[in-house]
Amino acid sequence: MQALYAQLLVGLINGSFYALLSLGLAVIFGMLNIINFAHGALYMMGAFVAYFLLNLGGINYWWALIIAPVVVGVFGMILERTMLQWLAGLDHLYGLLLTFGIALIVQGVFQNYFGSSGLPYSIPDQLKGGMNLGFMFLPIYRGWVVIFSLVVCIATWFLIEKTQLGAYLRAATENPTLVRAFGINVPRMITLTYGLGVGLAALAGVLSAPINQVRPLMGADLIIVVFAVVVIGGMGSIMGSIITGFALGVIEGLTKYFYPEASNTVVFVLMVLVLLVKPTGLTGRAA
Amino acid sequence: MKKTISALLLGTAMTLAFAGIASADDKNVKIGVLSDQSGLYADLAGPGSTLAAQMAIEDSGLKAKGWTIDLISGDHQNKPDIGTTIARQWFDVDKVDVIADVPNSGVALAVNNVVKEKNGVYINSGAATSDLTNAQCSPNTVHWTYDTYMLAHATGQALVKAGGDTWFFLTADYAFGAALERDTTAVILANGGKVVGGVKHPLNTSDFSSFLLQAQASKAKIIGLANAGGDTTNAIKQAAEFGIVKGGQKLAALLLFLTDVKAIGLETAQGLNFTETFYWDLNDKTRAFSKRFSEKMKNGAMPTMVQAGVYSGLLHYFKALDALGANPHDGVKVVAKMKEIPTDDPLFGKGVVEANGRVTHDAYLFEVKKPSESKGPWDFYKLVGTVPGDQAFTPLSQSTCALLKK
Repeated sequence: MQALYAQLLVGLINGSFYALLSLGLAVIFGMLNIINFAHGALYMMGAFVAYFLLNLGGINYWWALIIAPVVVGVFGMILERTMLQWLAGLDHLYGLLLTFGIALIVQGVFQNYFGSSGLPYSIPDQLKGGMNLGFMFLPIYRGWVVIFSLVVCIATWFLIEKTQLGAYLRAATENPTLVRAFGINVPRMITLTYGLGVGLAALAGVLSAPINQVRPLMGADLIIVVFAVVVIGGMGSIMGSIITGFALGVIEGLTKYFYPEASNTVVFVLMVLVLLVKPTGLTGRAA
Repeated sequence: MKKTISALLLGTAMTLAFAGIASADDKNVKIGVLSDQSGLYADLAGPGSTLAAQMAIEDSGLKAKGWTIDLISGDHQNKPDIGTTIARQWFDVDKVDVIADVPNSGVALAVNNVVKEKNGVYINSGAATSDLTNAQCSPNTVHWTYDTYMLAHATGQALVKAGGDTWFFLTADYAFGAALERDTTAVILANGGKVVGGVKHPLNTSDFSSFLLQAQASKAKIIGLANAGGDTTNAIKQAAEFGIVKGGQKLAALLLFLTDVKAIGLETAQGLNFTETFYWDLNDKTRAFSKRFSEKMKNGAMPTMVQAGVYSGLLHYFKALDALGANPHDGVKVVAKMKEIPTDDPLFGKGVVEANGRVTHDAYLFEVKKPSESKGPWDFYKLVGTVPGDQAFTPLSQSTCALLKK
């Protein structure tokens, strides 16, 4: 039973990454109608920016948490301005192919220069060590990841669902022409939204840098699972993707305990089941 | 009618004659380096293995003796089906004579069958499974650098003798992991230890916390990592995070490469014990080779034992070609020649290619240095012991290879 508690907690930690990443995807899909396959590559870039900041500039983890999302967010906004915006009215497939291509190029470039086995990034001194919870040894850093990502997820949800700015955003997705008639610069808002979604991915990247290796393929390994999370949660649903992210982390954690061989397929089995029973996802609405 | 027949006969005779001339002078060979060029094993093999092959061609001296040696490389992406497709295409279309490297035991075993079917030469450096020279041995295969038997015996035995008599395995869920766990378990049991549990994890796992908690709960003295590359580095890094080593359990990285240590960083990796058959800083010869190698690598990396094995394996192959004089296209014949000549090269020293295809040479027990002991960017290992070549690998009497039953 103790082991089970531990697995639940570990699942929640992984769930934090799924939640942060699928949240970014959901925001981008909900507002821009783009299936952002470059998300994994941008997550990876976040981790690399943190690595560069530390090793080239001596700038620590805490600053990286702020700087990396901004840097990668700006990179994302340039992508949106120069490429993605031209695909706005087209079929989803075009956006998917373009972003997939971008992901391959970015990963290829990083792999060319930094190899595949990754670079070390250590846990900041303030978060080193761990505490004994009785049923498990919880590294402080992991606890921090769960709490921090929960806060970020809820803040993002609040921003989009409960504020004036969020209301504009949602309206702009519904009917851009009308919102423009009210004097709101819709293209700029969309660019900023893409920047926000991408920034979330980069933030997840910084969070994961001390846990996993900073590797060019770290995003590629994760992105497929995250897409399954988004599909299960319902494309474009903010709350849906947060809850599904954490829930699937837990389910995956339990699978790792009961039948480890299936731990990297269980998410997809669930995805198939959800698609069969409720194709719009658990919280999605029919288009 | 008569004319036609005589013309045909003449034509046939001429063709045969030309074929005879061509084969008598045939000094063309083509080498295919098949590796993981972009995945989790790309740093420990990959482009570095191709470079090593290139250097072996330059150093062989065969070009001066009139040989033409071509080199191509391919990416098997860690998928057996892709590996065998490339291998078939290389033999059928590109007329490749020898396939070298092939990390990933799953792919390596699949390619082993293709090479045997096509009567090519297979010099495996990257794969670990000892099956290549046991149950699945082939007259076309030479297994150069290391194998699971060697790793299990050198590292496993040393740890059990030092008091690590209860083990829990974290095993990569494919041919390699299974072979390494099997061979290590045999050593543990033979030395009076026992295995209290284990987990099979999927290849390319980024999060090991779940598995590490299970290992922690097992109270085993040693947590054996029967995995490689990115899986091993993630497991070691996260084990440090979960306070496993501080809690009194010891990690046994059954297979660890130079590039893995680089990736983990000395801070986390210090004190790990493991076995390799090559290290760049062993002696003047290895240092000289490694310096040349490193200068040509894009990121200045020193060679791993796999890359060194590609170099030495091919050097030995070239010696066999030189001894044969010409006509390098009968794989079984070339490998038989390789078995005849004792191995002796600057990187692995003296040894033999045994009848089952296993190459023997010394194996070294290393310990990762403390950050304070390291004097340079690749100064990572302390030598703590040497297992002589004739003891490091499967004794022929225990090999299950069918070639030995003649």
